[in-house]
Amino acid sequence: MKLISLFKPILNKIWAIRQTNPASQHVIIKLMILLDRVSKTYSRGSKPSLDRVSLHVEPKEFVIVVGQSGAGKTTLLKLLTREERQTSGKIIVGGIDYDKLKDREIPLLRRKIGVVFQDFKLLPNKTIFENVAYALEMVGMGNKEIRNTVPKVLDIVNLTGKEDRMPVELSGGERQRVAIARAIVRQPKILIADEPTGNLDPKHAWDVIKVLEKINRFGTTVLLTTHNQEIVNRLKRRVVTISDGKIVSDRANAGYKL
Amino acid sequence: MRRRLITFWRIIHTGMINFMRNISLAIAAMAIMVVTLTIVLFSIIINFTFAHTISQITGKINISVFLKDSTTQVQTNKLISELKALPNTETVQYLSKAQALKIYEQENASNQQLIQAVNETSNPLPATIIIKPINLNNIQSIKTFLSKPAVSQLQSDPPSYSGQEKEAIDRITHATNVLQEMGVAAVVIFAVVSVLIIFNTIQMAIFNRRDEIQIMRLLGASTWFIRGPFIVESIIYGMLSAVISVLIINASFQASAGTLQASSLGLLDIGYANSFFNQRFIELLLVELGLGIVIGAVSSLIATRRYLKFKTR
Repeated sequence: MKLISLFKPILNKIWAIRQTNPASQHVIIKLMILLDRVSKTYSRGSKPSLDRVSLHVEPKEFVIVVGQSGAGKTTLLKLLTREERQTSGKIIVGGIDYDKLKDREIPLLRRKIGVVFQDFKLLPNKTIFENVAYALEMVGMGNKEIRNTVPKVLDIVNLTGKEDRMPVELSGGERQRVAIARAIVRQPKILIADEPTGNLDPKHAWDVIKVLEKINRFGTTVLLTTHNQEIVNRLKRRVVTISDGKIVSDRANAGYKL
Repeated sequence: MRRRLITFWRIIHTGMINFMRNISLAIAAMAIMVVTLTIVLFSIIINFTFAHTISQITGKINISVFLKDSTTQVQTNKLISELKALPNTETVQYLSKAQALKIYEQENASNQQLIQAVNETSNPLPATIIIKPINLNNIQSIKTFLSKPAVSQLQSDPPSYSGQEKEAIDRITHATNVLQEMGVAAVVIFAVVSVLIIFNTIQMAIFNRRDEIQIMRLLGASTWFIRGPFIVESIIYGMLSAVISVLIINASFQASAGTLQASSLGLLDIGYANSFFNQRFIELLLVELGLGIVIGAVSSLIATRRYLKFKTR
């Protein structure tokens, strides 16, 4: 599939980060997501929702972020999609330094990150096909190319044949898979999934997770937040645990533990 | 470039689809717009009709200066050029004795005896200068000039100010002036009120779809890709409303044509209003379209603003 210019391999760029900590070494790393002592305080004087969080995610990693409600998971993801701005610290995603991002560049950033939400966030007045196509329309892809691309992505999420349905006609699991199709149709290097299974029964939840794994196998970095213990245990991936705005554990191939 | 064209077309296309899908809201917004645009169009027509009535009345008014037979050609020419130089004269027309007689004969063609009587003597009518003032309410400068001794000694009789009609004409002019001003005021007030209502309606529509806007935002749609369709939708409201309002006025003229046929409703000359509407149809339609487009575009532009801000400060 021919990619349009927006998907230039910026994401593979190598950048240098001065590790001010310890002994100020110059280290060149190739990271997909870099958070360096990031804090977020919503209102002046209140307790920070994120407190000096540092996190490194390599390309093609599958990272699960767990933590209780209010621990700061959603804040973390909102910082990554630039729905919120960090109070302090440095965020670099796919080579883009968020401090240097202007308002009008935010849409361009978001086009490079696929996002899946707990409440699906499908456009209610558009068919399944149109919902997925919308992600391509906004970047100016031609109609012919869109007609070629969308069915392929719907096939990946096992929704072939439902193109002309409206979102309300689908089950929760199907809707979430539409949302995933929409998130991956632009072939982002990163997919952020914020409790994608939160509203689904176990069977549908697992369908969604399987799709995420499939996408990860294709080479997309996946950042998944979840409450679901069973999913965490079965996935056997890197698990980052957040509590009270701090990362309290970060283990590879871990199980669920709060 | 190609991508921009695709995007531009897509914005228009989406706007049109949204218009079809939100037809109930569209009807609400358009109803108000139609009322406004109809009032505006009606007021424009009335204003032009009044202006026409006034100019017709005042066009009949002139000042006649009657010259003594002894006035020489040189004196006459000098007087004419001096009159032309006055600031408030629109035209200055000279009638020789022979021409004055001819007009007199035409005016009294039914009264052969009178004409005979006039013709038996040598031509009794004076040569006449007819002055048409630009502004009827400001003929004082002309009066002053005519009463100067050097000028008045050339005159056989005091000048005639279109005779006895002046006072009646003054009153009519005054009345139409007041009506015209009221018309302008009404247009302004209605336009302001309706812009506010339309603005509110569109803002309600956008408020209903703020979640949708938020989703588009999160997916990385640019400001104009989100806002464009809303604006296109509102412009469609404006254009359709303009067409409908023109049709309403057209229909009302056709309905009234039968009953009021070319009669005057007081000072309002329906016949003229109708012919004005027919002659200037294209221009009026364009004015209405332009107004509808501007009202629609501006209100949706303002209404979408608040939902499209990034909250990253």
